[in-house]
Amino acid sequence: MTKPAPLTRDDVAHVAALARLELTDEELDLFTGQLAEVLDHAADVAALDLSDVAPTAHAMAVTNVLRPDEVRPVLDRDEVLAAAPSVEDHRFRVPRILGEAP
Amino acid sequence: MKPGWEMVIGLEVHCELRTATKLFCGCPNLFGDEPNTNVCPVCLGLPGSLPVLNQKAVELAMAIGTALNCEIRPSTFHRKNYFYPDQAKDYQISQYDEPINVDGYLDLPDGSRVGIERAHMEEDTGKTTHAGASGRIHGADYSLVDYNRSGVPLVEIVSAPDMRSSAQARAYATELRAMLVASGASDGKMEEGSMRVDANISVRRSSDDPFGTRCEIKNLNSVRSLGRAIEYEADRQIAIIETGESVVQQTRHWDEDAGRTQTLRSKEDAYDYRYFLEPDLVPLVPDGEWIRAVADTMGMMPAARRSRLVDLLDPAGEVSDSQADQVATVVDLGLDDLVIAAVANGVGSGLALARTANEAATDAEAARKVDPDSYVALLTMEDSGALTATQSKTVLADLLAAGGGDPAALAAAKGYEAMSEDSLASAVAEVVAAHPDAWGRYCSDDEGDRKKMAGMLTGLVMKATRGQADGKAVAAELQRLRG
Ligand SMILES: [Zn+2]
Repeated sequence: MTKPAPLTRDDVAHVAALARLELTDEELDLFTGQLAEVLDHAADVAALDLSDVAPTAHAMAVTNVLRPDEVRPVLDRDEVLAAAPSVEDHRFRVPRILGEAP
Repeated sequence: MKPGWEMVIGLEVHCELRTATKLFCGCPNLFGDEPNTNVCPVCLGLPGSLPVLNQKAVELAMAIGTALNCEIRPSTFHRKNYFYPDQAKDYQISQYDEPINVDGYLDLPDGSRVGIERAHMEEDTGKTTHAGASGRIHGADYSLVDYNRSGVPLVEIVSAPDMRSSAQARAYATELRAMLVASGASDGKMEEGSMRVDANISVRRSSDDPFGTRCEIKNLNSVRSLGRAIEYEADRQIAIIETGESVVQQTRHWDEDAGRTQTLRSKEDAYDYRYFLEPDLVPLVPDGEWIRAVADTMGMMPAARRSRLVDLLDPAGEVSDSQADQVATVVDLGLDDLVIAAVANGVGSGLALARTANEAATDAEAARKVDPDSYVALLTMEDSGALTATQSKTVLADLLAAGGGDPAALAAAKGYEAMSEDSLASAVAEVVAAHPDAWGRYCSDDEGDRKKMAGMLTGLVMKATRGQADGKAVAAELQRLRG
């Protein structure tokens, strides 16, 4: 397996933007260094020859965990909405959205 | 479509599954309930909650795969991450690189075949309402969210870019909808959003050219909108290319009232979803036995049901366009069993099909519930001449309203009795005597005149007998008198 390209400051800024994190210049420098170390560790694992090992999709060798299609109790609406910061018309009121749904 | 151009269309159809509960929790899967009444910690994304897959949803997804001739495979679920309040947990659980159904096809009534790339499972989102002056997202001050729909099971069916006209795309959506309803997977209600269609469109000058740059059209709420949007979008792209510019890959919104598409976002704004394997769910690995068990519970698909009717009409498969339309109507409305039952009891297939497609179809809901024996008995009376077509249609309306009954009694209550040969003959004779000019022209050698007068004289007899006379019998009697 080839080693991935080293992590850049731009990568970190991109990931931060996707996670809606606002980072200062100093924080970007700090986290670029720290994250690079984390990824280096992952690269050690990636460097192992695992061609003889079957890929696993999950930590447990379990498949087909299913439940019957039966209705279960729902939450009380008043209780649910009481936990929300803002409510209108029995709906969750959220800040203005920029753009349509993905 | 402008001559010298070809369009290339692929469709993505989201279909809500007809389960009792949501995909990963036991909340009811119901449309139209009071907002936020069908919610629980799982579909609200509350910390510590865990999704558990609904077996029925998996089986309906497998039924769709079977009906679309797909390979049903081991599959996994991923998290599709994005910040938008229609998902409370900030990600949607969806199948990504290992979908349950791949590589199928759907055959359309015109004989063309559209490839199916995949049909995967995912959860639906909540419903957002944009509040503020415009009601649209632009200019909204804030939004309101109802999570009743959040977590409702969906299957997304992705076609290959195999369609070449808006008519073919409409035929695909119509056939797919019929298939989804017939397989029991969905109610197919586009107007309620349980079936939603997005279209990918590009244009090119020749079928030998590579595909052009495509645009994705959203907000298509009916098969009609789909056709209109495709025509509009193809013309828009052709106009751009003909002025020497290039089509920009983007997602566009269909505005039904304005009859045009508008930019929603361009490729540069494309989301980076950071898919990763959902750690709270394990792989789904259906074995052959389970797949067969699901297939065994499925009824006949629309294409097979149509050919079953066509076989009744003409074993060689040669039927007129209008009969083909009647067949399509009857199957689409789920009334084909009535036709089959009538023909099995000796009613002529043409009559059985016509009454079902033209009259029973006007109240399909009642017709699906009507007692088949009553229906067959009525058509038998008409076929044997005991009732005229007009009388039969009137009795049928009563039969549908009552959900069944004895058609002979209903007919008698209306005073419908088959006219005896004698009274029919005297009714015809009276009309002939009262209209000597018309009779004379009927007896002439002018073919056109005779046909016209035959129609007029028959109409007069029908009027005189208040529709009780059988049109065919009147025509035969006129012919006999003429000698
Ligand atoms: Zn729930």
